[in-house]
Amino acid sequence: MIKVSKLQPEQAIDRVVVAAGDYYIKVVKAGQTFRILDLEGNQAADTLFYNANNPAERYSAMDTLREQGNIYLTAGTRLLSNEGNLMLDIVADTCGRHDTLGGACATESNTVRYALEKKCMHACRDSWMLAVAEHEEFGISKRDITHNINFFMNVPVTPDGQLTFEDGISDAGKYVEMKAAMDVIVLISNCPQLNNPCNAYNPTPVEVLIWE
Amino acid sequence: MNNNVLYEDEIPGGAHWSMLMRQGTCLRLIDKLGGANVGMLFYNPSNYLERYNAPDTLKCQHTFKLTHGHCLYSDMGRIFCSIIEDSVGWHDSVGANSTKKSVAEKWGEHSYQDYHNDWTLNGHDSFLIELAKYGMNARDMAANLNLFSKIAVDENGNMHYETDNSKAGNAITLRFEMDTLVVFHTCPHPMNPAIEYPKQPVIYQISKAAAVSENDECMNSRDENRRGFKNTQLYNIGCGCHD
Repeated sequence: MIKVSKLQPEQAIDRVVVAAGDYYIKVVKAGQTFRILDLEGNQAADTLFYNANNPAERYSAMDTLREQGNIYLTAGTRLLSNEGNLMLDIVADTCGRHDTLGGACATESNTVRYALEKKCMHACRDSWMLAVAEHEEFGISKRDITHNINFFMNVPVTPDGQLTFEDGISDAGKYVEMKAAMDVIVLISNCPQLNNPCNAYNPTPVEVLIWE
Repeated sequence: MNNNVLYEDEIPGGAHWSMLMRQGTCLRLIDKLGGANVGMLFYNPSNYLERYNAPDTLKCQHTFKLTHGHCLYSDMGRIFCSIIEDSVGWHDSVGANSTKKSVAEKWGEHSYQDYHNDWTLNGHDSFLIELAKYGMNARDMAANLNLFSKIAVDENGNMHYETDNSKAGNAITLRFEMDTLVVFHTCPHPMNPAIEYPKQPVIYQISKAAAVSENDECMNSRDENRRGFKNTQLYNIGCGCHD
């Protein structure tokens, strides 16, 4: 569902541009709203959420999907934790559909999906591994790296059970916005994937904005 | 198949168990009465951080449903096991688990104190109990399989639980391509709309697998799986498990 936000970028309290292949890790407080802005279009932002006060509680893709009875995320979706609690509400979305079934790219899964000799190409999971290694203060390790959201990615499922990867439906300037219902750690890998149309084979920066 | 069964047992509905399966063995699960559900997770017994990864399994094979010819992947690009036989046709890997709360809301509370062996366990707590035996907890839980259950998706993305997906006698055989800790429960699928808490028993049989042939269905079902087998072969060489 397309829903435009009334928030103005000039009033944001924090703005960070995340280059493709980099990570973003920051706490968004309960009641704050944050936006991921696709600056140049067709970029996948692989995102995980943790309860900032107890990172063992984390975003659960499958609980979120089952409880809303639909496999696509958009405005109106309640992002649930593995304990069934509301973590964030998607309050605005100018893209219309986001994926949470496809997971993130990893060097190992890249060998399966593309070619064994691509094993050393940069991947989202490596960005997350570096993020948790450089930020031990958040108490997150590989154990906690679970099934993520792929903002701006389009992964349709057919009635006969096929999973397909379609060209992105995002474009330069499209965004998704969430309001936090608890203090959350936001962990994003801005996807470096070069082998797949999820980034139009050209990974580009995203911007993350936070409002009080 | 049945004549080389090394071990056979039955797990009642609404229960849980775990066991180690060695590379080169098969686990055949049989839905005894129809309508069973088996929640299942896999871990590498040498490194529990390597675990079943539903998104990788689905995206590597461009599938939402799981059936014969599919491989079940770890997060490390390796194949825990291949589905070499399946008379069900569709197994779920997105519905996740029932919880104490969801079971109580749907079917009422049936505590152990009041009901003894007729209590109504939930999938989430079942996994917690089995994982704790290996020093793991909720942080180690990944999206699980729900064998014998089907969630279909319409053109708009709406999810539907299909009743009567699995009939009495339907079976699935998993051939293990590497050593695997198998954790499972027989609690109902969280989207099962049954009026009564379903307690459907499952028979399981363990046998030695035939060697993987050049024209193996699972290995050759797509290029991705050929590469997944290659990755698993490298791992097994490192373990000294290679033929």
